[in-house]
Amino acid sequence: MTTTASASPWEELVTSALLGTDRRTPPAGTTPAGKDAPVALLDAAALHTVRRRAGLSPAPPAAGGTLPEPAPDDARRALPLPARRRLVQLLADRSGPSGSGGRRGTAPDLTALLPQWLAAANEHGYRAPASVLPALLDAARARTDLRPHALTFAGPRGLWLARLNPEWKFALRGGSAGSALPDMGDAEAVRRLWEEGLFAERVALLAGLRAHDAGAALALLTSTWSTERAEDRLMFLDSLRAGLSDADEPFLEQALSDRSRNVRSTAAELLSALPHSALAGRMAARAASCVAMDRSGGTEATIVVEAPHECDADMQRDGIVPTPPSGRGERSWWLGQLVEAAPLSVWTDRLGGRSVREIVALPVSDGWADELHAAWCRAAVRQHDADWSRALLGTPAAPPSTGPGTTSPAERSKLLAALPDDERAAWVAEFIAAHGLSEAFQLLGVCTVPWAAPLGRAVVDALDIARDAGSYPWSFSGVMGLAERCLSPEEADRLEVLTATPDEQEDASPGAGGYWSEAFQRLVSTLRLRAAMHEELSTT
Amino acid sequence: MLLSNGGTAPASMDQGVARWAAEQVLSLAPDAASRKAGSKLGAAGPWSGAGCDASGAVWGLCKGSGSKPYQTVVDTTGPAYKCSCPSRKFPCKHALGLLLLWACDEQTVPLCEVPEWADEWLSGRRSRAAAKEQTGTGSGAAKSTADPEAARRRAERRAERITAGATELEQRLADLVRGGLAATERSGYGLWEETAARMVDAQAPGLAARVRELGAIPGSGPGWPVRLLEECSLIHLLDSAWLRLERLPEPLAATVRNRVGLSSAAEGPAVRDQWLVLAQYDSADGKLTTRRVWLHGRESGRTALLLSFGAAGRPPQLALPVGLMIDAEVTSHGAGRPRAELGTQFGPPATIDAPPSGGPCASAADAYGQALRDDPWLDSWPVTLTRVIPVPDGTGWQLVDADGGAALPVDADGGAALPVAAAALTRPGLWKLVALAGGRPVTVFGEFGHRGLVPLTAWPEDMSETVPLI
Repeated sequence: MTTTASASPWEELVTSALLGTDRRTPPAGTTPAGKDAPVALLDAAALHTVRRRAGLSPAPPAAGGTLPEPAPDDARRALPLPARRRLVQLLADRSGPSGSGGRRGTAPDLTALLPQWLAAANEHGYRAPASVLPALLDAARARTDLRPHALTFAGPRGLWLARLNPEWKFALRGGSAGSALPDMGDAEAVRRLWEEGLFAERVALLAGLRAHDAGAALALLTSTWSTERAEDRLMFLDSLRAGLSDADEPFLEQALSDRSRNVRSTAAELLSALPHSALAGRMAARAASCVAMDRSGGTEATIVVEAPHECDADMQRDGIVPTPPSGRGERSWWLGQLVEAAPLSVWTDRLGGRSVREIVALPVSDGWADELHAAWCRAAVRQHDADWSRALLGTPAAPPSTGPGTTSPAERSKLLAALPDDERAAWVAEFIAAHGLSEAFQLLGVCTVPWAAPLGRAVVDALDIARDAGSYPWSFSGVMGLAERCLSPEEADRLEVLTATPDEQEDASPGAGGYWSEAFQRLVSTLRLRAAMHEELSTT
Repeated sequence: MLLSNGGTAPASMDQGVARWAAEQVLSLAPDAASRKAGSKLGAAGPWSGAGCDASGAVWGLCKGSGSKPYQTVVDTTGPAYKCSCPSRKFPCKHALGLLLLWACDEQTVPLCEVPEWADEWLSGRRSRAAAKEQTGTGSGAAKSTADPEAARRRAERRAERITAGATELEQRLADLVRGGLAATERSGYGLWEETAARMVDAQAPGLAARVRELGAIPGSGPGWPVRLLEECSLIHLLDSAWLRLERLPEPLAATVRNRVGLSSAAEGPAVRDQWLVLAQYDSADGKLTTRRVWLHGRESGRTALLLSFGAAGRPPQLALPVGLMIDAEVTSHGAGRPRAELGTQFGPPATIDAPPSGGPCASAADAYGQALRDDPWLDSWPVTLTRVIPVPDGTGWQLVDADGGAALPVDADGGAALPVAAAALTRPGLWKLVALAGGRPVTVFGEFGHRGLVPLTAWPEDMSETVPLI
């Protein structure tokens, strides 16, 4: 066999070893003489191996000497040491399953506290320690609910790092990652991203620009509107919801003639939220013509309703959907939409200068009350009107089934969202005091965290009552979980007495007392932990 | 010495032992399940009567499912643990939870006097340690004086068996090279396993382990024949060295004995120093878990490797949290070799104030090359690199010298790069290193060898923290 002249002595050795010295003796000079061929080959190979290892030297950098851009500086403050230890602990726990119903022991669920910790750290303006960034990005990758806070906390170095690992691509796409967007003042860059960006990037850009300069966002959207796909138009239109003003009206009016029905109805919805818009005026006129005071004789003032008899082309252009869902009458369907889209201010004049509360209390003839009140509820939510929301919610102590506006907890929580924080908390507290926890979950969800004192007390009292009634704590695990995250940490001391295991009562479910004690222990230790968390973040 | 501040701490002592970081505590966990269970207990909830003192003791009562709370005590100098729970894990979740609480929550674990129930174990432990110290350093000498003649005969018999094993192995290697390495891709693991078993019979565990590793090379990706030839030739070198042991200079002969598998006792003089705990990691091999702890002497400048072993899923007992500095005596297994034993510790550990001094990339290659002179079978050598930047290199990473400050690009001619070993790529630690550096220079401690650098620990440019990468 011949070998090429370029083969090094080492390559010769490898070739011979691979084939076997019986088939191919290494060329003379590559192995020591006077030994059996295999042994001579191994001798030479050992010499070469040790020599090569001992002679290792660094290579020129692969990038040809240019180092990649370093991560941008993060001017935010470094975390205090205790807060940093806590973060590591919270992140270390994330791999575990989160508690879902059933018995959960007495230890706090750290995973549930991570979002709160991140939000608080961001409020304080801390930057994430570099060494936890990989764990933070992994956590955000697994849990979309964490992403906005986690990415804000991770900051520019987090995004810099995410670019290097394909598993963290999400960080570069999400609209929440404000730093991936250009400077909103840089018209050139904004324009380029708008024209070349991915859909999600463009949505994020539009939202960012809308917050920065509402008019510029509208102008940007108008510039390419006619060429966008229908689904994209819908998403873009939706971004105008933020910072909506009368200046948007001409564009929205134009969008009422859009090819896509969903775009048309969204445009109509946005216009109806502008009380001075032409559309709102048209809706007011239509709705007012359907609703009037009955002056026909009886002593008691009553509202009479005359629902529309047709849904004409103009109504349809203004976003009224002509075909009702199955099971609903056409005329009541149209009425509901008209009232929902009409500015609420129209009713005071129309109904004899009465206050909102008086209007809501008026009897309605011919069984139209439910329809009318439900439409008012939707209008109050859409127009974010506190007076109407308050009146439609009625008194919290009244039985839920007899509310003036709505009986659905979902709608009530939407109405509650229009009330100021304190009033909202007080309303829910009173509701819980009167009716217990079974329908309170959604209402609690819209209250600000930490819960105001009266609300917290109402929840704890209701839990205590549920315990005395002998039920199991996991029937209330939803509220219990909320309480762990939302109750003010100051309540911990007051709760301490509830952690004792009570004597078994005759009518109680077996073992319930022990489970309640465990649940309250977890609540107390979680509250203490949250107090410690916030304190650690506040120390300078 | 230890007793002077053991027992009850003086009331005036208001400065406690440096509390560890949560990472350091979690690094003591024997497995992932304990880590998780321990984290859950790292909150004030179930604990009562917890406290710590200036000597490094931490204690607390943890409410479990039973009526009587578990009594947990930890001596952080050591560290050593005691808990009244029935768990066989070590440290148990209560000890981990207590340490986490101690690390994070100074209110729940305040400095105070040792309660009686904890003191019993603590003072017992410390007086035993003091007694051991007094009996002197010659524990190894004491053992060997038992019956020197019998021991010598045993050693001779074992040497004969090893010689027979090495001779046989030489024959097998020669046969292999004669027939061609290509055949090994078809013959599979069995061939090596059988040979390794013969080496175990020959009482040469070092040879057995090397032979067993050969089995993984055939068909292991591009270039496997080169790797197989390299490893075969190094085994051949070891065989030949053993068979001519009397002709080798003594330090090299000691290395060969050690490599073949004859264990050596720690014999050097005990060196008292501030030892920085640079890295700790485990590797599992069948039934045995090996834990490596790298120490660096602040004064002596020496690097020491502590090995400890755990059988059948049990973690090794020795655990030293990375980032701490312990005032202790360390005894070497012989000149030129990093292996050492930890002796007496004096007082509680402190936090590392600065990384060991290091050098540029070229210094790592130099250090490995020098070390190969004493031990040609070394796969890697501990090195500290200062001012290096992790840089992506196609599918891998490099550490690149950052001469002249962070903002300046490295000159292609003057700059130098080390590959980061492929094994390190899969570790989350690599990303920690990249994040920590952020494209700027960092100090990195790791093991450098012919397969590249395995980064183990890093310090950011401002040296504000010690970050374990494992």
